[in-house]
Amino acid sequence: MARITSSVYTSHVPAIGAAIDLGKTQEPYWQPVFKGYEYSKQWLKEEKPDVVFLVYNDHATAFSLEVIPTFAIGTAERFQPADEGWGPRPVPVVHGHADLASHISHSVIQDDFDLTIVNKMDVDHGLTVPLSLMCGQPAEWPCRVIPFAVNVVQYPVPSGRRCFELGRAIGRAIRSYPEDLNVQIWGTGGMSHQLQGPRAGLINKEFDNMFLDRLISDPKGLAGLPHIDYVREAGSEGIELVMWLIARGAMNDIEGGQSPVVKNRFYHVPASNTAVGHLILENM
Amino acid sequence: MSLDKPYLDVPGTTIFDAEQSRKGYWLNQFCMSLMKAENRERFKANERAYLDEWQMSEAQKDAVMERDLNKCISLGGNIYFLAKIGATDGKSFQQMAGSMTGMTEEEYRNMMVSGGRSVEGNRVLGEDGDAQPQHQPQGKSHTKTTH
Repeated sequence: MARITSSVYTSHVPAIGAAIDLGKTQEPYWQPVFKGYEYSKQWLKEEKPDVVFLVYNDHATAFSLEVIPTFAIGTAERFQPADEGWGPRPVPVVHGHADLASHISHSVIQDDFDLTIVNKMDVDHGLTVPLSLMCGQPAEWPCRVIPFAVNVVQYPVPSGRRCFELGRAIGRAIRSYPEDLNVQIWGTGGMSHQLQGPRAGLINKEFDNMFLDRLISDPKGLAGLPHIDYVREAGSEGIELVMWLIARGAMNDIEGGQSPVVKNRFYHVPASNTAVGHLILENM
Repeated sequence: MSLDKPYLDVPGTTIFDAEQSRKGYWLNQFCMSLMKAENRERFKANERAYLDEWQMSEAQKDAVMERDLNKCISLGGNIYFLAKIGATDGKSFQQMAGSMTGMTEEEYRNMMVSGGRSVEGNRVLGEDGDAQPQHQPQGKSHTKTTH
């Protein structure tokens, strides 16, 4: 049967992708950011996941205002890196896992979560920056990736509770897949940031570290945090953090298993407008 | 029962909800069109003519021509869509975000490098933080970029 071995959490700031693509990772501004991921890159090489289930949000790239799905699962064989207005990032094509993705959507919809199934979709920096941070610049990504896009652009976005419960359903779906696969689930976006209005540039280290602490030790309680607390404390775009709860909900301890082990924890301000947070939790 | 909108009293912040989205539909769809290189070229060649092809209000078109992102947002724009205008102009996300504060590029970058804007005094309208209406514009960038 398929196993969820770990969950990975990371910001997906577009400027990080640009820094990698333009060879700026050793510049003084960027060096501390990438240092925080050095261990993680080595860890991923050793873990060799078969599939990463990657929770992210589309930033007005694949989805305009014509169609706004709350939860969209990519069930295609391939996903092209999108042209977000500067030309596509020079990164490999993303290979999906159509069979597992279809299995998950079938199971999760029967479990009362109405997903949108997407068979054609380009993927933007929300998905490719986490891959670059964790894998560097390979000629091919080292594993299959199932894109899972969450609407955090138009309010109301799904609640933390809903995301957490959806993560549990995704966990059940993956564990019921008959093939022996090593699957990781990644939650991306955040941490505190605001990109709009006179309050742009907001950063809240206390909130972010509280979020990291509670994501590790009290995820169920953290899932009860209302939207308005994210907006007030972590900025209007800090609400992306609800996506981390999807990944956390899929971990073994939520279903009565052992607590996960923290393999890496990193926090840095700033990357462009944003606080960068990163965490790896490994199932025992 | 009326809708629950607990976010209307956050200073310097417009939450892009269904109401804003309806108001800004064509403004945002215009922005979306700039993801195609040929549309970027046509827009740059004659901004006014290109904007006139869209069912936008005159106020929305003027706000785009002025690159006044705060005004665009108040008229229903969303920052992820408006970012396509910035990309067309060759501006980074940091330059765009900074432009909404009244700070110069350097002032805004320095604020971020020193840990970002504090949340203290900026949670609720009526407090005294730097994002409150009584403290606008911030910084020294009082001259608007003209195009």
